[in-house]
Amino acid sequence: MSDGIKKFMFVNTKAPYGTVYALESLEVVLISAAFDQSVSLVFCDDGVFQIANNQNTDGSGMKNFSPAYKALGDYDINKLYVEKESLEERGLSLDNLMDLTYEDEDDDWAEKPSIILVSRAELADLMDEQDVVISS
Amino acid sequence: MAMLHTVNKSPFERSSLNSCLNKSKEGSSILLIEDAVVGALKGTKVADDLSAAIANKNVYVLGSDLNTRGFTEADILDGIKTVDYAGFVDLVAEHSNVQSWL
Amino acid sequence: MKFTLLINEGPYQHQASDTAYQFAKAALEKGHEIYRVFFYNDGVNNATRLAIPPQDDRNITENWAALAKEHELDMVVCIAAAQRRGMLDADEAGRQGKDANNIHPAFRISGLGQLVEGGIQADRLLTFGD
Repeated sequence: MSDGIKKFMFVNTKAPYGTVYALESLEVVLISAAFDQSVSLVFCDDGVFQIANNQNTDGSGMKNFSPAYKALGDYDINKLYVEKESLEERGLSLDNLMDLTYEDEDDDWAEKPSIILVSRAELADLMDEQDVVISS
Repeated sequence: MAMLHTVNKSPFERSSLNSCLNKSKEGSSILLIEDAVVGALKGTKVADDLSAAIANKNVYVLGSDLNTRGFTEADILDGIKTVDYAGFVDLVAEHSNVQSWL
Repeated sequence: MKFTLLINEGPYQHQASDTAYQFAKAALEKGHEIYRVFFYNDGVNNATRLAIPPQDDRNITENWAALAKEHELDMVVCIAAAQRRGMLDADEAGRQGKDANNIHPAFRISGLGQLVEGGIQADRLLTFGD
């Protein structure tokens, strides 16, 4: 921890819709943006399903909250770590995920990807350097 | 300071112990609480995984949750240490941060 | 050391609230400070004052309330999660035109910012959930 800014990491390990954790975790993430902390998200295990593209809840009657992930870039939340092994274990690749981006104010507002593909070992290192880890 | 991980699910039902084991670093600590304490028992299908973890991580089990479920220290793998709630508090205080694998 | 505790499961259904309570008690006995206890997800149900557990069982809400009274704990229930689940205090019930309220006076309703602030102010944030 330096100059009062803490590193917050929200670790998403559960699939969306079957339980409310993904939706309510996203609500905390959006609030955290107002506190000027260093915020990152992790999608690992079944959490990778939270950002699958083409989610369509018409038939289930559930609230489709997947568009809210696309707003994260506007809140300056642009470190979305996705675990490579979790994708592979589920037969997925980056092509199956939503196109999540942010505009880099330090680079003439160029649009850049928010999703960062990391290995399990890299993820372990990243978790280790956090001040606050909130998982669900 | 290293990180503390807690796990609270039986490894025979859910995969959170496995997730914790493969995303925790050498020198970190793992505390089994609630239903996860049954993962510490001898002779289970996860015993080899936990024995491997014990070689380079500190593994603890919350004794009262073990007793609550009908087991004692005598039933758990060698190398896993038992703590009480005061010990749980000490572990949280002694490590740099905590992650609950839910 | 200062701890913030996050409780994400309701009483009785899951051990999470019991574990958090035992942890809080042990931490206070060792001279640590509980900066805040934040109730989220189904954890908001821990704040109902209307539960009637069997007499031979623990009363989770009253246990929390007693601990909070003894140590002046700040126990916060997330307003968004609470509203979704029909957990209201008198003010909120009045504002929303509802005919009843159910939050125990030992708890207060507030926003999610209280959780983030709890993570910033405390030395450790610890999650109890499912």
